[in-house]
Amino acid sequence: MANLYRDTGVVLRVHKLGEADRIITLLTRRNGKVRAVARGVRRTTSRFGARLEPFCHVDVQFYPGRSLDVITQVQTVDAFAQGIVSDYPRYTAAAAVVETADRLAAEEREPATRLYLLVAGALRALSAGERDPSLVLDAFLLRAMAYAGWAPAITECARCGEPGPHRAFSVPVGGVVCAGCRPAGAVSPSPEVIRLLGALLHGDWEVAERCQPSARRDVSGLVAAHLQWHLERQLRSLPLVERRAGG
Amino acid sequence: MYEGVVQDLIDELGRLPGVGPKSAQRIAFHLLGSDPADIKRLVDVLNAVAAGVQFCEVCGTVAEQDKCRICRDPRRDATTICVVEEPKDVLAIERTREFKGRYHVLGGALDPLSGVGPDQLRIRQLLARISSDEVREVIIATDPNTEGEATATYLVRMLRDFPDLTVTRLASGLPMGGDLEFADELTLGRALSGRRQV
Repeated sequence: MANLYRDTGVVLRVHKLGEADRIITLLTRRNGKVRAVARGVRRTTSRFGARLEPFCHVDVQFYPGRSLDVITQVQTVDAFAQGIVSDYPRYTAAAAVVETADRLAAEEREPATRLYLLVAGALRALSAGERDPSLVLDAFLLRAMAYAGWAPAITECARCGEPGPHRAFSVPVGGVVCAGCRPAGAVSPSPEVIRLLGALLHGDWEVAERCQPSARRDVSGLVAAHLQWHLERQLRSLPLVERRAGG
Repeated sequence: MYEGVVQDLIDELGRLPGVGPKSAQRIAFHLLGSDPADIKRLVDVLNAVAAGVQFCEVCGTVAEQDKCRICRDPRRDATTICVVEEPKDVLAIERTREFKGRYHVLGGALDPLSGVGPDQLRIRQLLARISSDEVREVIIATDPNTEGEATATYLVRMLRDFPDLTVTRLASGLPMGGDLEFADELTLGRALSGRRQV
């Protein structure tokens, strides 16, 4: 049994397999994204089925299999799922968090500790319910993009690097642009929107929570457009995220 | 590889869920050796299914006519509706012989990761049914997993607008015939918080 290994991770997705098994996709601290088989977890007599639901933060023991590893033991680290499913806006935001993480961690087994910490942090904040789920989601998306190397430029012009503040924002160019570089199709968000983007990227919650609902809405739109431009495909869960009216 | 139609049969059977190449071969040779009348019956059923299965216009479960057997039955209590995800859940609850009301099949659970939102489920039909019929209780019997719980949360929020309606959720806890020491902490926690006076 020398090949057994243990890791902590967040459950991103589950897929049905055969009669009573599931394939669990986890984002782990040390081994990056891992897809593993959990046998018999759909039976009501399963001893760890409940711990392998989406959004669960768990300590898992794996046994290396031929194609997929097999999960042999599971312990709960944080039961985020209960706090998340008790509120629909939190649930849809959490779904967008795990779908984004699944896309960004494209390669299995490639260590992605920073992304793991971001996902666990975002799910913890959503589960606690102290902040607007929509703001938590946008902050996660911005920081996850920064992790992937796609952080939008916020202070300096994305094309020529001229120090700002600038008024125009262009998704294809990658952030704010100066008057000279401004391409066709760039939008002109209010200065508050640019300030909120910066606050969410750097975790300045005091500034973020003071922002008006209209600025929050505009930020959500810009973040979603920026993310999907770089991912080069639509996220399924993003259009279904329920943003609370009035923030 | 077998020749001609036998290999085609094995290939087709192998595409069914849970049927591997070996099982497909075994089923194919069983069919080859069985009575032509049995095969004819199977073919007829498959043809009937391919021609289109009807869904009950009231509750959305699989039906033979416009309305299913349960929605047609005047002895069933029309004031109680049990909301389930799939037609097979109707059957599971019917087997208990405990429930005398009627059903509403949502057609799945809210799952943003698969692109399933409220508009893809039969939630609007449920709300229409509650506002027009004399429904007094809605039992939410979605699966006790993440998607099912989130669907229940969403339904509870939508049903809050009906003042005289009682909304209940299936209890969840320990399985009959189980051992307490082997129960996981989430299930045991739910069983404790949902305990009842005896």
